[in-house]
Amino acid sequence: MPITEAVFYLLATFTLVCALGVALSNNIMYSAFALMGTLLGVAATFLMLGADFLGVVQLLVYVGGILVLTLFAVMLTHRIAEVHVSNRAVGRPLAVLMVGAVAWWMIKVATAATWVVKAPGVPEPTTYGIGNAFLTDYVLPYEVASLVLLVALIGAVVVSRKEIQG
Amino acid sequence: MEGVSVNHFVVLSILLFAAGLFCVITRRNALGILMGIELILNSANINYVAFARYSGSGYDGQIFAIFVIMLAAAEAAIGLAIVLGIYQTFETIDVDATDRLRG
Repeated sequence: MPITEAVFYLLATFTLVCALGVALSNNIMYSAFALMGTLLGVAATFLMLGADFLGVVQLLVYVGGILVLTLFAVMLTHRIAEVHVSNRAVGRPLAVLMVGAVAWWMIKVATAATWVVKAPGVPEPTTYGIGNAFLTDYVLPYEVASLVLLVALIGAVVVSRKEIQG
Repeated sequence: MEGVSVNHFVVLSILLFAAGLFCVITRRNALGILMGIELILNSANINYVAFARYSGSGYDGQIFAIFVIMLAAAEAAIGLAIVLGIYQTFETIDVDATDRLRG
């Protein structure tokens, strides 16, 4: 087996096992830590696809930001020692049936399709190209995105602060 | 990258999506639902980057993935703020128990 395939299957197994941990764990705290494994696996997948900048962004924003926020929220809303066994919205067998059917059909369609692909070349550093694209072709979405982030952060502060009466 | 085709990444992304979907529809904990949404967004990102790599279309796919990550950060900030607000009001984050709009 070539080394790239071995690396891919290793990464995919790690990512999917961690994703199953997120989906199946009864303790929400374990789910949060399994989510970290999944995000790291996805970051490694990005690196494998030659997207070095995106892999680092994934590390910084997801693992360093979103995951820490999630952990904060888990700790603020649960007593940590408490193992909270939540009852399910949909029964697990029914959910397995539905999700299995969806995944089965999607895999069937995806493997039957003939994608128009070119053989990828040697990976090159992407930071220069992405930065250039952001300040030329994508400058309007870039500015709108910064506005969206500003509004979201102000909104988060407004929503989560305690209202002071009177 | 001879042995690994774009199909490999698409199937990986489908399985990740399935895990996220399972997480969203079986959990009643609002935080668990948010984690499932993160899984689904990540699976979409894998598709973007894989097709950007295998179609030779430059940086478009990667830039779209960056926008998805950015919106996921905004979504997580707002979503967790709402979850904390719900917790202050209802003392629980079970989504079945939070059926009142009036605080």
